[in-house]
Amino acid sequence: MLTIDIQIENTHHILTPSGEIDASNSVQLDESIRHLSESGAKSILVDGTQIDYISSAGLGVFMSYLEDFQEKGVSLKIFGLKPRVYEVFQILGLDQLISIFPDKESALAE
Amino acid sequence: MKQKIQLSCQTSALAELRRFLEQQLESTSLSERDRHQVTLAVEEVCANLIIHSHKCNGRDHIFLSMNDLPDRIIFEIEDQGEAFNLLQYETPDIQRVISEKRKGGLGIILVRKIMDEIQFESHQGTNTCRLIKFFQS
Repeated sequence: MLTIDIQIENTHHILTPSGEIDASNSVQLDESIRHLSESGAKSILVDGTQIDYISSAGLGVFMSYLEDFQEKGVSLKIFGLKPRVYEVFQILGLDQLISIFPDKESALAE
Repeated sequence: MKQKIQLSCQTSALAELRRFLEQQLESTSLSERDRHQVTLAVEEVCANLIIHSHKCNGRDHIFLSMNDLPDRIIFEIEDQGEAFNLLQYETPDIQRVISEKRKGGLGIILVRKIMDEIQFESHQGTNTCRLIKFFQS
C-alpha cells in the first residue's frame, strides 16, 4: 500500500510517499515525480520518513531522473529515511549518487 | 523447519510475500537488519519471475519454501516459466543503469550483495533458484 502526498512550501515541492514501494506501485512514485518535473518544479524534496520499505523498482525510479534533473537544473533531495531503508540505498551505492539528508532542516540548509 | 507459500504471478502478491517472510523470519537468528534485507532479496527474485518470466499472468504460480537450519536459511523459489538464471545474468553497472534510464537491473545487484550463495537449476520444466544466507556472515 502506497499513498503519495505533495505539498508546496515556498519554492520547494515536498513529496511524501507513505507505505511500501515495490514493483506493484512504483509507477505511482514515477508519475508523481514526472508530474512535478513537467509542471516546472525546481526543487523536489522527498520526505522519506513514512517509507517502510523500498525495493529496486522504487530505487530505479529515483535513479531514472538523476541525469534529466541534472540537465534541467532540478534539485532532488531525499530526507528522513529510516535506517533499514537507507541501508538499501547504501548497498547499491545510491547514497553517493542521490542527495540524502537525515532530516528536513539539513536538506533545506544545503 | 520448512515453510511454504504459493504466490500468484501478479505484482500485488509481493506484499503477501513480505508478510509471509516477516512472520517466518521473526523466529530465526537473523538480525532485524538482515531480515529486512533478506526479504528484499527474495522479493527481487520473485518480482523478476512474476514480471519477466510470467508476464504478470495471475493464473501462473511461483512456489517459495524457506528452510531454517542451524547455520543458514535456504530459500527455494520454484516456477515453471521461462528459465531465468540469475547466475548467467550479467550484473549491470550502476552508471549504465543511470545513463540508460533503466528502471530495472538494480534488483539483481541487490540479490547478489545481500545473499551469500545463489544456486540455480532447471529440471524437467521446473526452475529452482536457491538463495542462501548464513548466520553471522
